[in-house]
This record gives sequence, C-alpha cells and structure tokens, in this order.
Amino acid sequence: MGIDMTVTWAVIIFFAVFMYVLLDGFDLGIGLLFPFTPDKRDRDTMMHTVAPVWDGNETWLVLGGTGLLAAFPVAYAIILSGLYLPLVFMLIGLVFRGVAFEFRFKAREGERHLWDQAFIGGSVVAAFFQGVALGAFLDGITVSGRSFAGGALDWLAPFPLLAGMGVMVAYTLLGATWLVMKTEGELHARMVQVARPFALMLLAAIAIVSIWTPLRDPAVATRWFSFPNIVLLAPVPVLVLVFIALLLWALRGKDQRLPHRLPFVAALALVFLGYCGMAISIWPHIVPPAISIWEAASPPSSQGFALVGTLVILPVVLVYTGWSYWVFRGKVKADAGYH
Amino acid sequence: MSALDLARIQFAFTMSFHILFPAITIGMASYLAVLELCWLRSGRQVYVDLYHYWLKIFAVTFGMGVVSGIVMAYQIGTNWSTLSEFAGSIMGPLLSYEVLTAFFLEAGFLGVMLFGWTRVGPGLHVAATCAVAAGTLISATWILAANSWMQTPQGYAIEGGRMVPTDWLAIIFNPSFPYRLAHMVLAAYLTTALIVGAAGAWQLLKGRDNPAVRKMLSMAMWMILLVAPVQAVVGDFHGLNTLQHQPAKLAAMEGHWQNAPGEAVPLLLFGIPDMHAETTRYAVGIPHLGSLILTHSWEGQIPALTDFPRSERPNSLIVFWSFRLMVGLGLLMIALGAWSLLLRRAGRIWRQRAFLRFALWMGPAGLVAILAGWTTTEVGRQPWVVYGVLRTADAVSPHGVGPLALSLGLFVVAYFFVFGTGTRYVLRMIRKGPQHFELNQPAQGGPGEQRTPSRPLSAADVADDEGGGG
Repeated sequence: MGIDMTVTWAVIIFFAVFMYVLLDGFDLGIGLLFPFTPDKRDRDTMMHTVAPVWDGNETWLVLGGTGLLAAFPVAYAIILSGLYLPLVFMLIGLVFRGVAFEFRFKAREGERHLWDQAFIGGSVVAAFFQGVALGAFLDGITVSGRSFAGGALDWLAPFPLLAGMGVMVAYTLLGATWLVMKTEGELHARMVQVARPFALMLLAAIAIVSIWTPLRDPAVATRWFSFPNIVLLAPVPVLVLVFIALLLWALRGKDQRLPHRLPFVAALALVFLGYCGMAISIWPHIVPPAISIWEAASPPSSQGFALVGTLVILPVVLVYTGWSYWVFRGKVKADAGYH
Repeated sequence: MSALDLARIQFAFTMSFHILFPAITIGMASYLAVLELCWLRSGRQVYVDLYHYWLKIFAVTFGMGVVSGIVMAYQIGTNWSTLSEFAGSIMGPLLSYEVLTAFFLEAGFLGVMLFGWTRVGPGLHVAATCAVAAGTLISATWILAANSWMQTPQGYAIEGGRMVPTDWLAIIFNPSFPYRLAHMVLAAYLTTALIVGAAGAWQLLKGRDNPAVRKMLSMAMWMILLVAPVQAVVGDFHGLNTLQHQPAKLAAMEGHWQNAPGEAVPLLLFGIPDMHAETTRYAVGIPHLGSLILTHSWEGQIPALTDFPRSERPNSLIVFWSFRLMVGLGLLMIALGAWSLLLRRAGRIWRQRAFLRFALWMGPAGLVAILAGWTTTEVGRQPWVVYGVLRTADAVSPHGVGPLALSLGLFVVAYFFVFGTGTRYVLRMIRKGPQHFELNQPAQGGPGEQRTPSRPLSAADVADDEGGGG
C-alpha cells in the first residue's frame, strides 16, 4: 500500500483528541470562568455562546476513545485502566457539566444556583482531571507485558497535579478569548482583563513542562536538543513566543478597531503548539515510555475495516462542523427576554 | 465483596441507566417519523401537535443518552482492560462504526429535525426525521453486532494471545445477531408505545379529552396489539437460538437441573433455583410444556445444568426470575393490546377507567422488561464475557477494591441525581399534554438573534415555563 496504516491511525487519533481539546477546551473554560461572572445575565450570555456546539464537541472524545480501542487496543487497555480514577472523575464531571448546560435554563428560579454550581464543579473537575490524566500519561505508565502494572494513585504526584493546573489555565484562557470574540460591552471588557494574567500563566506552564520533561527523561532531551532536531524543531518554541507576544499585544489596548478574533486565534495556536510539543516528545510511543504505536496496533484487518468508515464520515463531519460555526458566527447579545 | 463483583456491578449499573435512553429514542424516532408522514399525507393538525409534543421528550432522552453514553465508551477500557486488549481488535471497529453513525446523525440531521421546522420545507424536514430514525436503528445494529458477537463469537483466530478478525461478515452476522437485533428493536418500539399509551391514558383519566390525546392512545394501542405478539414469537426463536449456542444459559433460565431418561421437561412457573443444592426448590410447573416449547416435541430433552461443570454455570436464581419477569410483562402487554381491541367497538376505549388505569400502570413495563431481558442474557452468559473463549474473571482490570468502591459510589450518587432530575423533567413535559402547534411561525434564532436553540436538550425549553403541574 505504501501508506503505513498504523501511522494513519495515530494521526487520526491525535487529530480527534486535538479537536476535543480545542473545542471542548473553550466550553469547559466557560464553566471555569463562571466564578468571575456572578451576574445572571452575563452567565446566560456566556452559555448562549457555546450552546449550539458543546455536545458535538464532546463527540470527539468518544471518537478518540473508540478509535483507540479499534486501532490500538493495547494502548486503550493500558491507558484507561492505568488512569482509572482521574478518568472516572473526569467522566462524572462531564456528566454534571453536560446536563447542567440545559437544566440550568429549565430549572425554576430557586433551583438555578444549584445547576450553576453543578456547571462550575463539573467543568473544574473535568478540566483538572483531564490535565492530571495527561500529566500522568506523559510521566510514564508502569507496564508489565501488555498490562498496566502501576498503582491506583500513581497520578498523585507533582507533575500530573501541575499538569492539571496547566490544563485549567489553558481552558480558562481559551474560554476567555472565545468570549472576547463572542461578546461585547462590559462582559467583553472583563474577559480582556481576565485573559491577560491567564496568558502569562499559560506561558509559565509551558515553560515548566518544557524544562521539566527533558530533565526527567533523557530521551525527551535527546529528541529536542540533538542535531539536527534542534534546528528542525526550533520553530515550535519560537512560535510559542511569537503567539504569546501576539496574544498579549492583542489584549493590550483599548483600541476598539483591533480584531476581537485575534486573541482567540492566538490562544488556539498556543494550545496547538503545546499539544504538538508533547506529541514530538513521546513519538513514536503511544504509552510512554515503553510501548510504541506499532507494538500497540491492532491487526491490519481491524485497522483497515475501521479506516474505511472513518475516512468517509470524518470529512463530512468536519465540513458540517465548520459550517455550523460559520452559521453561529458573530457576537452574542445579552438575552434579557429569554424567560 | 471482591473487586470483580464491584467492577461487574458498576458496569451493570451504568449500562442499565444508559440502555433505557437509547431504547426510548429508537422507538420514539420511528414514531415521530410515522407522525410526520401521516401529517404530510392527511394534513391533519393533530399529527403536528403530537409531533411537537413528543419531539421535546425525544430531545431530552437523546441528550441523556449522549451524556450516559460517553461514560460507556470509557468503561470497557477502565474496568475491563484485559477484554479490551484481548478482543479490542474486533469490538473496537464495531463500536467505532456505532460512534461514526451517531456522529454523522448528530452532525447532519438531528439539528434539522429539532430546530429546522421553520427553516426548511416539509419534504426536507420529514427526510431529516426519517434519517434520524434510520440512524438510531443503524446505531443499534452495530452495538448489537458487538454484543451478539461476544455471546456467539465466530470469524476470528487467536494469534499471539489475542483475538484477530479473519472474516468481518461472519463477525457481524454471527448466529445470535439477527434474533437479538429483532428482539431489541421490537422491545424499543413496545417501550415507546407503552409510554405514549400511558401518557394518553393519564390525560383521559384527568378528564382532558381531545383529538390529539385520543389519537396517541389509539396509535399506541394498535402498535401494542400488533407488536407484542410478534415479539413473543421473535423471543421464542431467540430462545431456540440460545438453546443451540448457549445451552447452559437456557438451562439456567428454566431452572432445569437434571434429565432422567425418557422424562419430558416441564415448564416451571415458580421455583427457587439453589446453586449449591443443584435443584430448584418449590418448583411448580406444567408437565411437558418445556419440551413442547423448546424442542417442539412431547418428550424432547434439553441440556441440564448438571451437564456443565460447576465453574461454567450461570446463576440460575437470577436468570430464572429475570426471565419470568420479562415474559410476564410481555404477556401483560399482549393482554393490554387485546383489551384495547375489545373496547374499541363502542368507543369505550376512551372512557373505561379500569382499562385506562391498566394502560397507565403499563407505562414503564417496557423499560422494566428491557432491563429484565438484558439481565437474563448478560447474567446468563456468565462465567464468560466472550462466550467459551474469555472468562469475565480474567477480563477485569487489575484494580483494588478501594478505587472501584469509590468510583461505584460516585456513579450511583451522580446518576440518581442527574438522571433523576432529567426523568422528573420528562414527566413534567408529559403531564403538560399535547398543545396546539401554530404551523406558520416565523423562524427563530440564527445570526443576530438572541438565542438560537440548536441542541437536543434545548428543544424542550418551552415546557418548563408552566412547570410543576400534576
């Protein structure tokens, strides 16, 4: 065939998880920002900016999960059982977050604060434990043969907990810049205020991960700092600095003519670069530090069978997703007459 | 309690909650398609009113199905890692196709169905509804292919300590698949008909008699009258298929322990199967009827539980009773359908309170029967998770009791709270009854509008304004 199907699948899963992080990132960020905006009207507006898209966003998570099972069953088994508690906490967070989205609008006046709390709590728990799971994953999963062989609380370590905070920062920034783009007036101004410190915190988080991982894993250091990689990969850190600068510049002034889209684009670029950086560090492993994508792969008959449907349907979904974001583009106004 | 028990309870718990929502959406999507087609043909307002009444309930159920389904996509890996690793090459692609189908459906047609009434023409709208209905059936097909394959595996080889697919057609069209698919889809249809019928009966009992209420009760009762007996026949075929491929399960369902030479198998109506004493206590049965049903002969015998080693027997006490619960409810459904036919003559179907109360009480019967049926087939396949190939005890992830107890506790609390609220909300909408739907509404939402409803759960907004009720 000439095309390595295992690599194709690795790219598809990389892409699905990235789409999830990107898309659910900003709507989880809305939940993380709720504590900054106690006003009901503001909260309604914030919800309305993501209402048309949030559950489609979550489907990428399911697709990533089943795709992993189909193409890399060994990785699916080890990662999911190895990260058991963080993933369970994340799922329960997503359950609360998912229903709070709409129950909030349906609840009677007295019950609404309950669903606001559920929305905040669900978003915080889901975001934090996604980060913890990511951190524990990058930190390396203890494996014996083709099974998980670590402990239930392996994730309770400095690096995963820090990664949990880092992901919360990234999602908050995505959410805030999304709202900068989607709202106007006072809420817009407040989000500009909120976005600035979170941009700096994200820079700090990226810096910590960039220093920490090569120090604790020589393979990562070799990947990044040996010749010629150091030249080939240099654009990644350089672009991170460029986009941070762009983001801070875009958030800087009171100049109303500045495109409100720019901070969000810059934040997306930062998340994308950070995500690529991690992939570069672990490649070609799918369960760091031991199992490569080829060792974890399902047989060609499985990968091929699942690939046919994926290659047919995924482009259609992407076109439709792009179209629906286009339809719902533009500012969302405060919604006084809702009830 | 061992880690294995906890893992099984957790999977059963999250799956039991999840299955109820797709079961309703499968039936409800087809019902909505029928309503809209009837409207296009007859132009009668009553169909439009009913369509929009049930559309909201469909939307909430669909939303809860999505939320609980995300958990299921991960449970297989978190709790059954050895199964994932051993059989993932076969189960993974089947489940991926299910997700792709659902994704496609969600992306393309659900939005048009829920919110496109004022934005697209009637032809396109009915096409979207039919596409959603077809999509739910295709989703069910993939899931049941995966489940049936685990019950009656074929089309695989074992290489390097794991299962490898050798023939995808054989995997999908495995021996128990057609029976299980037909049985489940009919169960979904019956469940929906029972819920719709109960909603109609409740309105009539409250004295709210109008053409829409009558129409939904009538349609539901025709459906039950026709489908409940068909379901009994399909169930019988499914049972014969089980006898052929999973005889231990069938013996456990019948509480059948021993074959004496030349002795026919009775049909037990009551009994307490005792796994230790290897007998069914207090057995009350009809002689020869078991032989007649299962072997279609007067003296035929079926394999008995003692023909299998102790380590390969499913728990007869559970499946004996879950099976009888399912069959008993099925018989009540047939009775409900027959009774409705008798009352149609003089229009007493709208008035006779005993009948209406029966229809009301039968509202959740389909859901209970589905849970009982799944308990029968899933407990009945034990101790195997992939029948005859991989034992459940060997499939479980290597977790300790602590994390599993914690996660189970969290799931129980979260699910009862979240889905309890959702159910209360659905009941509130059902109580409200069908309303007049104005056909010529201006389009709502879109760019620049204040709120563009566009996701499943938001279709139900209207109902809350007058909440409470009842």
